Amino acid sequence: MSWLLAAAIVLPLACGILGLLLRPHRAMQQAVSLVAGIAHLGIATSLLVTVWREGILVVQVGGWPAPFGITLVADHLSAAMVLITSVMGAATIVYALCDIDERALVKDFHPPLQALIGAVCGAFLTGDIFNLYVWFEVMLIASLALLISGGRKAQLDGAVRYAALSLVATTLFLSGIGLLYGMTGTLNMADLHLRVQQVENQGLLSVVAILFIVAFGIKAAVFPLFFWLPASYHTPKVAVSAIFAGLLTKVGVYSMIRVFTLIFTHDVGYTHGILLWTAGLTMVTGVLGAASHNELRRILSFHIISQIGYMVLGLALFTPLALVGAVFYILHHIIVKANLFFVAGAAERLSGSSDLKTLGGVYREQPLLAALFFVPAFSLAGFPPLSGFWAKLLVIKASVESQQYWIAAVALAVGLLTMYSMTKIWVNGIWKARPASAEKPPPLSRANRALLLGPIICLAAMTLAIGLWPGPLYDLAERAGHEVMDPSNYVEAVLGRSETAALGAGAGVGE
Amino acid sequence: METVIAVLVGVLMASSVYLMLRRNLVRFVLGLALISHTANLLIFSSGGLQARFPPLITPGELVPGPDVANALPQALMLTAIVISFSVFAFLLVLAFRTYQRLETVDPDSMRSAEPMAAGAGVDGSVSGGPQ
Repeated sequence: MSWLLAAAIVLPLACGILGLLLRPHRAMQQAVSLVAGIAHLGIATSLLVTVWREGILVVQVGGWPAPFGITLVADHLSAAMVLITSVMGAATIVYALCDIDERALVKDFHPPLQALIGAVCGAFLTGDIFNLYVWFEVMLIASLALLISGGRKAQLDGAVRYAALSLVATTLFLSGIGLLYGMTGTLNMADLHLRVQQVENQGLLSVVAILFIVAFGIKAAVFPLFFWLPASYHTPKVAVSAIFAGLLTKVGVYSMIRVFTLIFTHDVGYTHGILLWTAGLTMVTGVLGAASHNELRRILSFHIISQIGYMVLGLALFTPLALVGAVFYILHHIIVKANLFFVAGAAERLSGSSDLKTLGGVYREQPLLAALFFVPAFSLAGFPPLSGFWAKLLVIKASVESQQYWIAAVALAVGLLTMYSMTKIWVNGIWKARPASAEKPPPLSRANRALLLGPIICLAAMTLAIGLWPGPLYDLAERAGHEVMDPSNYVEAVLGRSETAALGAGAGVGE
Repeated sequence: METVIAVLVGVLMASSVYLMLRRNLVRFVLGLALISHTANLLIFSSGGLQARFPPLITPGELVPGPDVANALPQALMLTAIVISFSVFAFLLVLAFRTYQRLETVDPDSMRSAEPMAAGAGVDGSVSGGPQ
């Protein structure tokens, strides 16, 4: 079943290329993208099922044995992230059929989107740290192509900020990899786990760890490195914003979790202590930023930052329960956040505005949309019995158990402020009557309405389902969390039993 | 040799940071190009800088001889150079298009994505720079 790992990466990339070749034929291009999205969903589902049944799947690319070649690894965390990626991909493709309907834009949308999905899956599945850098760059190029498609002034402005900070991040990442390679002589993450324990200069290891914190911190948009996100995420088309909001920052968080459980665990008090402060400040600044804005997508962009804080908090506490919480939080958040952007876009299409000052009357005119906003919005704020409640409960319980009461208090207060912000949208955007000055846009055709609302309904149903039956997702998060906390299984799966034992006993360099 | 490279990396890093802190998009892009070279040199020196033999396997043998150089850092660098080159090309075009559309290269006066007047609070108060 190991071909599943490669297929999860190759299929979207191949369909991206096919999409480029089909540029003159809009309908065919859309059809290819749609079929690819659904096929990817099938592959990702069977990948997760296989990992669930059989444990960690490993592919040595090109048949080169583990520490020398590039390894693809699917543990529970990776497989779950790949599945959620393809859910987001499929939802975005369907939503974009209506949202991106200008002829000039369609042909530039599907190829980079497929490339983005492939790159994100590559980042989740790779077991090689340099390969992770390569996927980061593929992701960056694909996302830049999506970001500037259309070429409005605001998009160019946002893209400059996004590109600038992202490139600084990847350069720091690359420098970190170089130094790490200099110290250990390996790039395989499982091998690194064993080799870093033998590094004499542990101080230099901490320096490299900080480089990685900054690099992934920019990608994940944590305090104080988040400025590119609210500057760019509201500028492109809604479908693009939604997939960015759902996936991109979470790749940063995922990489942080991977690296800071597998490689940099030599001085947890120092590195994870920094992460703890970062998490707290990220939560607070994000939610305060959200409170100060009036445009729907800009509010939601700031909420991404604030929610990233909770995930980093799970990693920073570094207990099994906290990591279970972090994984649960990521999976729940991707669904909810992308859905909120979808709803914001639908509100703009159906009611004519995305600014709280001119938006209104949604509850009266579009009761279904109002209900669909309610589910993800109040899930984000942590209302029981929606999915966000369980995610917050896990993270806060973990922080109380590790006796970090102040951070638990911060997390609760930020939850309250999130609720304030969502209530502000609800009262000003959804509930209040349509302002006299605002014009009603022309109604959408029935088919377009279905394309816009279909993905929103599916994602809202998932949020509700997770909220009412958190058991299955909790089990998955529990397995994933325990697996990353105790990497021995991961290392054994990648390197094989004998080498692990030999290196673990300090017998020196392997074959 | 390592000392020379270390100093060179330091100087390059300092110059690229200086360039990136200028209020000019073109200089920023040049700074980014320079900083990627810095990272490449860092990888290069991390592989160890000694005069050794090329990593070629003589006919009839299965492994290279003892004193061969480590080829991996160079393979990494090559990958990184190709990537940074294409990204640099993209950035140049992006900077040029931005200059055409916004008619400025000063990032402080690009306020299309985050207009000063629109936001209550954060936007208005953060910077009092010229618009």
